[in-house]
Amino acid sequence: MNPKQSDRRRFLKSGAALAGLAAGSIAIPSANGQSLKDALTQAAADTYKGTPGPAPGQQFDPIYGVRSRYETTGRVGGIGAFHHGPNGKFSRPFLGALTPLQDVIGIITPAALHYYDSHGYIPPDIDPKQHRLLVHGMVDRPMIFTLDDLKRLPAVTRTHFIECNANGTTSGHGSEPEATPQITHGLTSCSIWTGVKLSRVLEMVGVKKVATWILAEAAEGTRFSKDIPMEKAMDDCLLAYGQNGEAVRPEQGYPLRLISPGYEGIYNVKWLSRLELADSPAITERELYYNTTVTEGKYADHKSRWFRFEMGANSVITRPAGGQRLESHGFYEITGLAWSGAGSIRRVEVSTDNGRTWKDAELQGPVLPKAHTRFGFAWNWGGEEAVLMSRSTDERGQVQPSLVELGKIWDVDANYLRTHGLGHANAIRPWKVTADGSVYNAI
Amino acid sequence: MPFDPGRLRQMGAFTMRFSNLFVLAVVLVACASASAQMAKYDNVGRTATPEEIQARDITILPSGKGLPPGKGTAKEGALIYATRCAYCHGATGKEGGPLAPKLVGDTTYERGPMTSWPFATSVWDYINRAMPRYQEGTLTPDQVYAVTAFLLYRSGIIKENDVMDAKSVPELQMPNRNGWLPSRLEDIPNLKKRGGRNGQYPGPDPPAAH
Repeated sequence: MNPKQSDRRRFLKSGAALAGLAAGSIAIPSANGQSLKDALTQAAADTYKGTPGPAPGQQFDPIYGVRSRYETTGRVGGIGAFHHGPNGKFSRPFLGALTPLQDVIGIITPAALHYYDSHGYIPPDIDPKQHRLLVHGMVDRPMIFTLDDLKRLPAVTRTHFIECNANGTTSGHGSEPEATPQITHGLTSCSIWTGVKLSRVLEMVGVKKVATWILAEAAEGTRFSKDIPMEKAMDDCLLAYGQNGEAVRPEQGYPLRLISPGYEGIYNVKWLSRLELADSPAITERELYYNTTVTEGKYADHKSRWFRFEMGANSVITRPAGGQRLESHGFYEITGLAWSGAGSIRRVEVSTDNGRTWKDAELQGPVLPKAHTRFGFAWNWGGEEAVLMSRSTDERGQVQPSLVELGKIWDVDANYLRTHGLGHANAIRPWKVTADGSVYNAI
Repeated sequence: MPFDPGRLRQMGAFTMRFSNLFVLAVVLVACASASAQMAKYDNVGRTATPEEIQARDITILPSGKGLPPGKGTAKEGALIYATRCAYCHGATGKEGGPLAPKLVGDTTYERGPMTSWPFATSVWDYINRAMPRYQEGTLTPDQVYAVTAFLLYRSGIIKENDVMDAKSVPELQMPNRNGWLPSRLEDIPNLKKRGGRNGQYPGPDPPAAH
């Protein structure tokens, strides 16, 4: 049998095992042959016997804790397929899932809810003991690191969002009145990443002066790869093995992920296994399919704009927001998230009258660079129709544009943006509250 | 105490305004003291052997650096395409399928097939790197050259008998070479030459807010 096929079969089998695990069939043998989980679950059942509430065992996992069975929020996504349109236009299969931003509390996204977008590719099954990071190319000393090697080096912990360049889309599903924050902005998530600074590892290998780029490559079937400028690598990139206090999740790049803070999601290469330093970008596939262009106005020049590294200033109100309903008149805190690839959020303003007037929201902290920042704004709803908006300003002074302003940047009108895809669509998102309290997407 | 920009920034000693200068300084310091730094992390990681690097280094640069010996023509590629590629991509490459894009079509369209890419090296690289799906890495260099030749021939870029090898692939002028902004690779990291706004948008920088 072809070794690749055998790997695949093994993976499918382990996938089935993982599915079993998720269904609660984990079996860790204990001394008397009873699984440890069964034993502890029985102990819990005995402890809680006769007390009200859900049956013990359904609300409690002693080995790896589970959330309350009353908490049901989750990612949504699809397996997608190529779509062939006129003029040969197509999109890649979308094996991805979006974060339920409206249910995320504070600024951290639980790892289990962190969005992923694998474009059709299933996360590989990597044994961390076998995993190696090769760093080579224009260096004094090419080196190989195990995970244990990397964990011996001084660690840093940083809170950063990762955002897909397609997030915030104003067309397609992002223009539907029923769209929720998950549907419009669920391609951003924020985690506490722990690992080694890439610059530290580059010091160890000794970067030759001629090296200007690093090709970062993944240990998955298609050897996903992305060119990173050396300046970024030396600035704030991380080789992360930890996410929110535990190992990086498989769909997030287990056991090692390159974190390129503030850059498009695809620069955060998962399952990282090779870094090659060179004096040129390699220009691999991912750079060549998805580059924003417009088909109207003065920029309809049939040119692709590539290497659009940094994500812009953005924000979205997560409550009250599309898909929700205000049950009664009275006080609500308008709450949401703001972020920017340029650094920290300096200011968030909120409008409750469709952008006619703006007032400063409270930044609730912590306010961290290139991280989700929570804002709040006190609001009394008297039953009137209202359109809620948030607008962020980052430390570089970039102000999140309205849909019309974003259109002006690209020399197209708002209706164009409602009907055409555009990467980096960080337009202000309006949510319309109707007299009966229902909230709709009003982009 | 090692020179650590993250730490200093946390302490508030530097604002983002100085970060570029600061990165430059870090690079200079890192270069000047490479050997001293290595000694600090004694016996962590090990030197990679040339064999280990060769086994995993599949990078191909637009200059052609990394292309292995070997050659192929469109005629040879036709059979390989039919047996290894057509199942997903369609009989001629113009069809595509539910799980795979078309590979032959308008080579000047900005989101066209892979033959609209700016460099033939990228076409070679992706076939070698990622195809056929679930059997990646099973094509020999000769076969990759041949399939590359087949797709380029079907897209009208080369002739049926043109030989593709480590010399001819990087020398090919692709029809959509200038369909990318900025088109010069050395300008890519230079945000000033990119029309401002960190490359996110076209046009000049807007005035910063106050």
